[in-house]
Amino acid sequence: MDQSVMTGGFSDPSIQAAWGFRAAMNAMARPGDILAVQGAQAPAPVSEAAAVLLLVLCDPDTPVWLAPSHDSDALRRWVAFHTGAPVVAARGEAAFALGRWDSLAPLGDYRIGTAEYPDRSATLIVEMDDLRAEGAVLTGPGIKEVAGLNLPDVAAFRANRALFPLGLDFFFTCGDRLAALPRSTCVTDPAEVS
Amino acid sequence: MTDYNFAYLDEQTKRMIRRAILKALAVPGHQVPFASREMPMPYGWGTGGVQVSAACLVPEDRLKVIDQGADDTTNAVSIRRFFEKTAGVATTGRTSEATLIQTRHRIPEEPLTRDQILVYQVPIPEPLRFLEPRETETRKMHALEEYGLVHVKLYEDIARHGQIATSYAYPVKVEGRYVMDPSPIPKFDNPKLESEAIQLFGAGREQRIHALPPHCQVVSLDFEDHPFEASKADHDCDLCGSGTSYLDEVIVDDAGGRMFVCSDTDYCETRRGAGHLGRLAATRQEDAA
Repeated sequence: MDQSVMTGGFSDPSIQAAWGFRAAMNAMARPGDILAVQGAQAPAPVSEAAAVLLLVLCDPDTPVWLAPSHDSDALRRWVAFHTGAPVVAARGEAAFALGRWDSLAPLGDYRIGTAEYPDRSATLIVEMDDLRAEGAVLTGPGIKEVAGLNLPDVAAFRANRALFPLGLDFFFTCGDRLAALPRSTCVTDPAEVS
Repeated sequence: MTDYNFAYLDEQTKRMIRRAILKALAVPGHQVPFASREMPMPYGWGTGGVQVSAACLVPEDRLKVIDQGADDTTNAVSIRRFFEKTAGVATTGRTSEATLIQTRHRIPEEPLTRDQILVYQVPIPEPLRFLEPRETETRKMHALEEYGLVHVKLYEDIARHGQIATSYAYPVKVEGRYVMDPSPIPKFDNPKLESEAIQLFGAGREQRIHALPPHCQVVSLDFEDHPFEASKADHDCDLCGSGTSYLDEVIVDDAGGRMFVCSDTDYCETRRGAGHLGRLAATRQEDAA
């Protein structure tokens, strides 16, 4: 068996997962904030931050969908060994999805929750080339006045916001850094604001 | 310390709670179900808050636990010891020094900062429960934003008492969408729900988690002609003299004697330490001597 599958997990799972979650929670509570996480290494092209999120949040209860940009035998085995999460074949079955933005689309295929249980919706982990606190203008819960984040799209997140309280929640990862965008955030194109 | 997994709970349980917390933050005010575990304390002693705290704690945290504002009551002391033993975290009584505060029924007087997390122990998370006992129905009412009953309840208060008599667990509307029970905090604390800190609510027996991200719009329900009022006892603290803090009334003898003291013990002690003295501060010190 390929030894690399068994490496890249947390060396101190309980503590590192606690740190990873604290960063993920702060990111989700304050859309646009960019935080650093460490301690996990999944097969390429998965970023360190995305690997941390997989280890912190995924287990046998959470079906994972791997977008074509990231789907590989090595990653499937890594996810199976470290998290036990089932890798599913369809977007609509997933609790978590991982990949690049273009590869994750179409967003309409993911679960957005039900009117009575809006929490039963998918969380997307979007791998980015760059993560900067500028670009799209964010307002809403968790944001004092306005925040900025270089989102890969505006219309898609605006459509997602229109579904509130249903909708998808997003993490954006780049290297060892992550940010988040819950469905509650209003996203505006900077060109429209000025 | 090595006898327990960090913060008592096993890792899979923490992941389940953590996922619920993230969804709760994404849909502010919505109650997310979670598979509450049996904890080594009875329901009603903060099992929901303890599980949320356990899922959030990191070794660097400094934990404060308050019960009705006090750091030195049985519930607060036992939960603080629980996490000293199972997570090895530092503890404190000072609001300003704490990074994670677990609370039963109060929000500290001192404004919280963005580096702090407030975890509430919640008995009944459902604001509609005493108006509609069926969970299937209240779920539907939240889904349909059917909150007329809550206003009828507040109206009946006015019809009967001439004012809104609800004084704790006062219902709020979050971001114009979900009506939420802020746990049985006095309505005096409701304005503090709009905070810099992350606020998490855990109900162990009822198996629900809900949350308020920082800077979240939280409006106490009211009527135009009967606006919401954050009321408190019309006195100053007899120990520290504060005229703005929430007060407990304490009976001090068999002759009807009474005093009013801050419910937030840390706030009161800090003020007295800074030289602020109330009406009975001198006599209390003599008693102690």
